[in-house]
Amino acid sequence: MSNVSIQETDVLIKEQGFDDHFHEHHHGDKYQTSFIFHYVFSMDHKIIARQFLITGMIWAIIGAAMSVVFRLQLGFPEESLTWIKPFLGKWIVVDATTGIGKLAPEFYYALVTMHGTILVFFVLTAGLSGTFSNLLIPFQLGARDMASPFLNMLSYWFFFLAGIIMFYSLFLSTGPFSGGWVAYPPLSALPQASSGSGTGMTLWLVSLTFFVVSVLLGGINYVTTVLNLRTKGMTMWRMPLTIWAFFTTAILGILSFPVLASGFFMLIFDRSLGTSFFLSDIFIAGQALDRVGGSPILYQHLFWFLGHPEVYIIILPAMGLVSEVLAVHSRKPIFGYRAMVYSILAIGFLSFIVWAHHMFMSGVNPFISNFFVVFTLIIAVPSAVKVFNWITTLYGGSIRLNTPMLFSIGFVSMFISGGLTGIFLGNSAIDIQQHDTYFVVAHFHIVMGVAAFFGMFAGIYHWFPRMYGRFMNETLGKVHFWGTIISAYAIFWPMHYMGMAGVPRRYYSFDTFEAFKHFTDMNKFITVFAIVSFMFQLVFVINFFHSIWYGRKMKVKNPWGATTLEWTAPIEPVHGNWPGNLPVVHRWAYDYNKDEREFVQQHIPLREGEVGDH
Amino acid sequence: MTYLIAFAIFFLLAVIVVQIGKLSELAARIRGEEVVARNSNNKNAVGSVIFVVVFLVGCIASAWYYKNQMLGYGPLTSASAHGFEIDYLFNITLLCTGIVFVITHILLFWYPYKYKEETGRKAIFFHHSTKLEMIWTAVPAIVMTYLVANGLVVWNSIFPTLTEKDKYIEIEATGYQFAWDIRYGGQDGKLGNKDFRLIDLATNSLGIDWKDEASVDDIVIGGTDKIMLPKDSTIKVRITAKDVLHNFYLPHFRVKMDAVPGLPTSFIFTPVKTTQEFREQLRQYPEWRVPADPNEPEGKQKWEVFEYELACAELCGKGHYSMRRVVEVVSREEFDTWLAGQNPFYATNIRNTDKDPYKGKKLFDYEIKTRSRELKSDIEKYTKDTTGQVSNNISLKHVFFETGSDKLSTLSKFELENLVGILKANPKLRIELGGHTDNTGDAAANLDLSARRASSVKSFLASIGAEGSRISSKGYGQSAPIDSNDKEEGREKNRRTELKIISK
Repeated sequence: MSNVSIQETDVLIKEQGFDDHFHEHHHGDKYQTSFIFHYVFSMDHKIIARQFLITGMIWAIIGAAMSVVFRLQLGFPEESLTWIKPFLGKWIVVDATTGIGKLAPEFYYALVTMHGTILVFFVLTAGLSGTFSNLLIPFQLGARDMASPFLNMLSYWFFFLAGIIMFYSLFLSTGPFSGGWVAYPPLSALPQASSGSGTGMTLWLVSLTFFVVSVLLGGINYVTTVLNLRTKGMTMWRMPLTIWAFFTTAILGILSFPVLASGFFMLIFDRSLGTSFFLSDIFIAGQALDRVGGSPILYQHLFWFLGHPEVYIIILPAMGLVSEVLAVHSRKPIFGYRAMVYSILAIGFLSFIVWAHHMFMSGVNPFISNFFVVFTLIIAVPSAVKVFNWITTLYGGSIRLNTPMLFSIGFVSMFISGGLTGIFLGNSAIDIQQHDTYFVVAHFHIVMGVAAFFGMFAGIYHWFPRMYGRFMNETLGKVHFWGTIISAYAIFWPMHYMGMAGVPRRYYSFDTFEAFKHFTDMNKFITVFAIVSFMFQLVFVINFFHSIWYGRKMKVKNPWGATTLEWTAPIEPVHGNWPGNLPVVHRWAYDYNKDEREFVQQHIPLREGEVGDH
Repeated sequence: MTYLIAFAIFFLLAVIVVQIGKLSELAARIRGEEVVARNSNNKNAVGSVIFVVVFLVGCIASAWYYKNQMLGYGPLTSASAHGFEIDYLFNITLLCTGIVFVITHILLFWYPYKYKEETGRKAIFFHHSTKLEMIWTAVPAIVMTYLVANGLVVWNSIFPTLTEKDKYIEIEATGYQFAWDIRYGGQDGKLGNKDFRLIDLATNSLGIDWKDEASVDDIVIGGTDKIMLPKDSTIKVRITAKDVLHNFYLPHFRVKMDAVPGLPTSFIFTPVKTTQEFREQLRQYPEWRVPADPNEPEGKQKWEVFEYELACAELCGKGHYSMRRVVEVVSREEFDTWLAGQNPFYATNIRNTDKDPYKGKKLFDYEIKTRSRELKSDIEKYTKDTTGQVSNNISLKHVFFETGSDKLSTLSKFELENLVGILKANPKLRIELGGHTDNTGDAAANLDLSARRASSVKSFLASIGAEGSRISSKGYGQSAPIDSNDKEEGREKNRRTELKIISK
């Protein structure tokens, strides 16, 4: 497969590589000696990446299991849920006469809230960006590690702490926070308003504040590493699209998460110190609150100033991973590399000036919405360019339909399906009808939920050999892919119809309204596929952990025939990534089939007359 | 035990999954990894084509199947004027995005089949084409411009600035955990001020400020009463919330707006179909001509029981899903009749209680009119009576004096002018005016005060045109109470001026 044998690569790096005076101390490194510092409090980006990934997977299982429970209530409201009582205790309310156990409405809302919080922050932010930024930024740039390995370690442990606090809140007697993952005040600010707005909300805020710290520590590290630690010859225009995506993601995170933190602090003040940033004219629990002058809408601005970039923080890394996987397994350069980079940057920039499109119906001045409609729909242009470029990357390729490739194609499909419905919702007039209906649920689950997961799966199957030196099982991978894409569409496609029929999201039961109760069969269908989908994810989990120890071994350094630098490092990972010199980069990352060579890795020197950049 | 079995089954499944994995790898090693990979490639290439065909057909078929359930189509076309514009926008967007969706999906899943890895064929080196990229930047940009332009025109027309000249009906919706209260402006069409500090769950759950005269005729529709709206009239809903965020959502009218505590929002719309007309529209479609209750095949059909509904569309706590109110649209005439028949909240719940700022200070037009009719009918009842069972004693309820004095309050003139009119219309009528007090203070002084008060009424009647000869006056002091003097309410009733008809 490989045009350059392993020995040649090693020799090349040894003789022509960049000497950064790196001192190998295989045995003398004080941070790598004991088990605790090697595997637990590790500062090695490769270990930290795995920590983020496995923690993210655990959270994904918890979050998905929650969705199965509330889908059971929505799909089969007549059936008894008494059998979950041993797990959920008092949150299953058993009717004394009929013996039918139902999910308590408070807990239904708590589950919906936790599902959103966990999936958005813990899984698709930390689990996705945390994993692959950590793994690939140093590897693909030819760096020894992150700019600050210590901050990198702290980044993971702050995430871990945030997770512990959130997990603890699940067991409170008043339940975890139940006011929706967006936590709009006054519902989230006033313990009188809802049982989950008491201690549950306090812990939610504390947990996510630590999470913001984690994102910032990680983000600063990623940006610094990309700007300063690129190996010799690795110009910005030679970076793979993965790195461009992680780089932009990190900048978005650094600029937007502090704004969220400021909103959280004001909310904490409103809850604990008697301020009224977000409160005014409230009469609750038989009492008029002596707090006037605040605006609940201010919180929404602060939240969505993060919230909108956040969806790009989730989807950009997936886009980067998919771009790379599509190119490698099509054996073709990514189409329109520069246009892809400009698209990433344009999306990143625009993501900061569209936040109020989540608030068309919130009571903001309708005039202001005009601007947000225009900016929002402009985002469709770079997004469309990316989609067309991905499809053209497939055109004329020599495509290997292995699991990472299938998931990448699935990603593009999901991104198209979910992206197109964004054009409806971004147009404020249509949003009047579709806002907060199941149409929105379908839209964002497909475009940033399922799509981001597909990007993540593509990345895991593709870079699993780089992480563990073994392959994941292909047959199980393909079962996982087909099972997931079919059940994901079966879950979310019908939700468009419910939304178009006007059914609001976040409803515990649809029977109260004549207009919303027509979809009993559809709700059953969705729930069945939610369970099926969950089962297919367990196939992945089993495959993942089994392959870590028993998977087929990676015998060559560059099994996919990829061009990027992570595949020039030794199979058995070493501290500092490359023993001795660092590889020197001579060309861009997409030299596939440009001459008689099937691929040319980035560290291979140019031939006479050959062009290194495109 | 059940759990143990469940766990065992789960464990077994996990083992099976692992074994499938192992088997596939073993098979690959036996048959050669290259061969197996190539076979799998071909299978998945075919799979992707099958998938896209099934998927696209499924999308179209399912949309067709549900077409009469979705708002804006078939039986469920908009019930408001602006709703048609929104539905039109939805459809042009659906057309534009639908084309892109189908084309991109066909290419996305067909290319992996067409360009699957094959021996002897190399991938082409095609990494850039300015022309192509210009095309697919420009085309989305143009389509977006078209959609945005249409969208903004509609958006801005849905949020006009109304002036006094636009004849619109303003109503107010107040959301709270977990219901809605609706307030109408009453006969003056104006909603009075309110203040959350005035909220008192027992008597004034909206916190209406009664000092604002616009509020005294306001009508509050709470509980499960239907919200009535007139057809073809512009309606401005002022949307407010008492506790947390809510959202005023009328799906059939394409109306949706958050209710924010401390920040009233509004939505303007015009219903164009009465509830009855909408039902007739539904009746045209077979899926609506089925029994509403499957257990009663002979009962009412689905279209007959249709109602417009108001829902909450912003998470507001555990009862969020249950904030239902029925909305009924009727003709303007029916609406006006209905509105005129409603009792103002103030009149039925507040008037003359301690919460009433106008108690004893002001009579409202409607009260003067009602009282005028009441006095006439009381007198008529006696004059036309033949049974002899009707009392000739009639209380002059709207005659008031300043405390401890015989000086008539200015509010008394309405009742007395009315009385003069009645006397003129019935020339034979002779009356006695009787003054009564409660038992506080000295009895002799009370007797004197009551006599002076009765005489004061008499002289006022004379001054505005009554024949003094037909009127006598007398003070009864505290001698003839009609209620107990132990309580203030009783004493208040006892302080009165009575009219006794002496001859008719």
